[in-house]
Amino acid sequence: MSLAITVLFYLATVILIAGLAYRIWVYAKVPAPLKIATTPAPVTKGGVVLRMFREVAFFESLFKSNKLLWLLGVLFHFGLLLVLLRHLRYFINPVPTVIELIQPFGKYAAFAMIIGLLGLWARRFIIDRVRYITAPSDHLILALLVLIGISGASMTFVSHTDIVGLKNFTMGLLTFDPKPLPSDPLLAIHLFLVSVLMIIFPYSKLLHGVGVFFSPTRNQVDNPREKRHLADWARKFEENS
Amino acid sequence: MAKANFEVPELKEHLEVPKIEPGAMAHLETFKAKPEFNEALGFPGELSENWQEQAIDAMGDMLKKYRSLQVYMDSCVKCGACTDKCHYYLGTKDPKNMPVARQDLMRKVYRRYFTFGGKFFPKLVGATDFTQEVLDDWYNYYHQCSQCRRCSVFCPYGIDTAEISMAAREIMDRIGLGDKYSNEIIGKVFRIGNNLGLPGPALEDTLEGLEEDVFDETGVEVKYPLDVKGADILLVTPSADFFAEPHVDGLIGYGKVFHEAGVSWTMSSHASEAANFGMFIGSYENMRKISQRVRKAALDLGVKRIIFGECGHAWRVAYAFLNTLAGPWDFLDPDYPVPQHILEFTLGEIEKGTLNIDKSQNDDMVLTFHDSCNVARATRMGDKPGGQFEIPRAVIKAVCNNYVDMPEDTIREATFCCGGGGGLLTDDLMELRVKGAMPRMKALKSVTEEYGVTHMAAICAICKSQFTKVIPYYGFDMDQIVSVHQLVSNALILKGQNSEDEDDESEEDAA
Ligand code: SF4
Ligand code: SF4
Repeated sequence: MSLAITVLFYLATVILIAGLAYRIWVYAKVPAPLKIATTPAPVTKGGVVLRMFREVAFFESLFKSNKLLWLLGVLFHFGLLLVLLRHLRYFINPVPTVIELIQPFGKYAAFAMIIGLLGLWARRFIIDRVRYITAPSDHLILALLVLIGISGASMTFVSHTDIVGLKNFTMGLLTFDPKPLPSDPLLAIHLFLVSVLMIIFPYSKLLHGVGVFFSPTRNQVDNPREKRHLADWARKFEENS
Repeated sequence: MAKANFEVPELKEHLEVPKIEPGAMAHLETFKAKPEFNEALGFPGELSENWQEQAIDAMGDMLKKYRSLQVYMDSCVKCGACTDKCHYYLGTKDPKNMPVARQDLMRKVYRRYFTFGGKFFPKLVGATDFTQEVLDDWYNYYHQCSQCRRCSVFCPYGIDTAEISMAAREIMDRIGLGDKYSNEIIGKVFRIGNNLGLPGPALEDTLEGLEEDVFDETGVEVKYPLDVKGADILLVTPSADFFAEPHVDGLIGYGKVFHEAGVSWTMSSHASEAANFGMFIGSYENMRKISQRVRKAALDLGVKRIIFGECGHAWRVAYAFLNTLAGPWDFLDPDYPVPQHILEFTLGEIEKGTLNIDKSQNDDMVLTFHDSCNVARATRMGDKPGGQFEIPRAVIKAVCNNYVDMPEDTIREATFCCGGGGGLLTDDLMELRVKGAMPRMKALKSVTEEYGVTHMAAICAICKSQFTKVIPYYGFDMDQIVSVHQLVSNALILKGQNSEDEDDESEEDAA
């Protein structure tokens, strides 16, 4: 079991990193031939950085769109963020003070995350428009995330796992000196699901986490009159006119 | 009220998000272009045996050329935030008119042929083969999108369905499945110089007629010059401005403003069209070819500045794309942005005080303003973000005493499309146009009832044509739509203009 999880975890890490690197390369390589910022848009680069920050940190557009959906999205994503930060303690030795301070919040953030997810999932059944656009994969990804959340939270709130053994295991992973995984079915399930999530990440809608930074309607500076914008593939037209 | 052979939506007190009615608009298919129309634009005349292969190739090509398409195909999380934002969904209840579902028509094909999941687990990720059925859906529903970008404002990733419907139309064109309305019009621009197919002599006649009208009314010789070499300003305006109502009243207004400002200006018979339908069909090459007409006209006439008349998508192409498609503009006067919007010019003159304005001339109206979608969400005016909202309002308020805005969630960046943009302004789509206008009509009705609004001003040739046509279905009168420069024209007292107390009789004699 321990070996299987170790191998899977390495595999998942490689797929996640290579897959994301490949997607980022694809997005970076494809040019945006025209200026299509959704206006009003910032007229400077600094303004664009701010716009992007508001989008990623506060989900600005979603807030304009739908307050309940925004709330559920925030609960899930920021819950997840805190939980992930809390997890850093398994990967850093000694544990930095900030991460120590986050621990109590990170613990309960798991509930925010799960509640957010369940709310998002409920929408897929309740709202006819959302039901219409939902594919089986949307349900599966939600199921996966919910199970990850529940299995993880159970180890904190229901049956404690062997933290020292776990840290030994994760540090072993990091130093390429594999150590045994404490035998705890919950932990094995949790790590298995997380690996699956990492593997599908670059091949699914989870890519939105990367895509948002490349979205031309959000990341372009609104200065088409001041600065000529030309894609490489469009240069050929310049020559024959 | 105009009669319809379909159900005209009721204007309820609150804008309700309807329950979905699958297939509600499946019957509506805009006329397809004849082979010669497609060929004139450099596309195959009609569908061939292996259209599917060609279409997938074309999609692969587009994915390499348009970052928007590639990123938007991958990034949608199906959150549904956009589902209630499209005026066509709100008006027709057809779920395929929800932005995300419209995108999915392409996304399911993209996934099938270009992604791991779709190749191996199509059912799981909602991928399908590119069948005739799917193509039919593409044709219908990508021609039920006015490319207004309202959805893009509300999507957490900025996914712009307009980009996707443009790409879809380009792909369909590339396999010989063009739509008649847009492709026939682009052909006319190439052959004759404008969307309406008005040849040079007809333009000259029209402009002479305008000069006479203005003279009769004011006693001032305001010129509407065509092809004048050495003029300072080239005005490029939608061809509807030459004769359609209320567009032409706007053109009269531009001429009066130029006259009072004392600048030399001209229009061009070569570039007698501001509209650029190349954008609607997503064709960079056609859009570029049309834009190059403006460059040629500017060079041939030796002008120093370019100003665009009132038109929404034309302003998008002009503001956001013209530098790319027809620049660089280094031969023009660097003191002015290229191009300028006529409203930027007029507001400048108002602020300088060159215009003698009598606001009371518009006292018979209580006005509101319709933000055209392309101006609102794809361009700017002036040098500050949001100038595209403030400048038109500033001009209207400078020439009218009575102005109120429609509800906040229906204007500015959240503005509702008129229902006829994006190459849909054709009679065979009347049902869609009427239904898609519902959210705007509802907003207009609310200010009519609350504040006694009598007129709605617009700055887009398509909005004006669409509204005058569909507004009667909702119990309004077509005269309630006005051009912004028509208001300017009404209030502008020309130097040497006949004083007001001269009676109407003498005017009629002169006419
Ligand atoms: S708002 Fe954006 S991400 Fe959400 S369903 Fe619509 S297109 Fe997809
Ligand atoms: S661009 Fe406008 S018409 Fe097209 S889907 Fe979005 S909201 Fe609807």
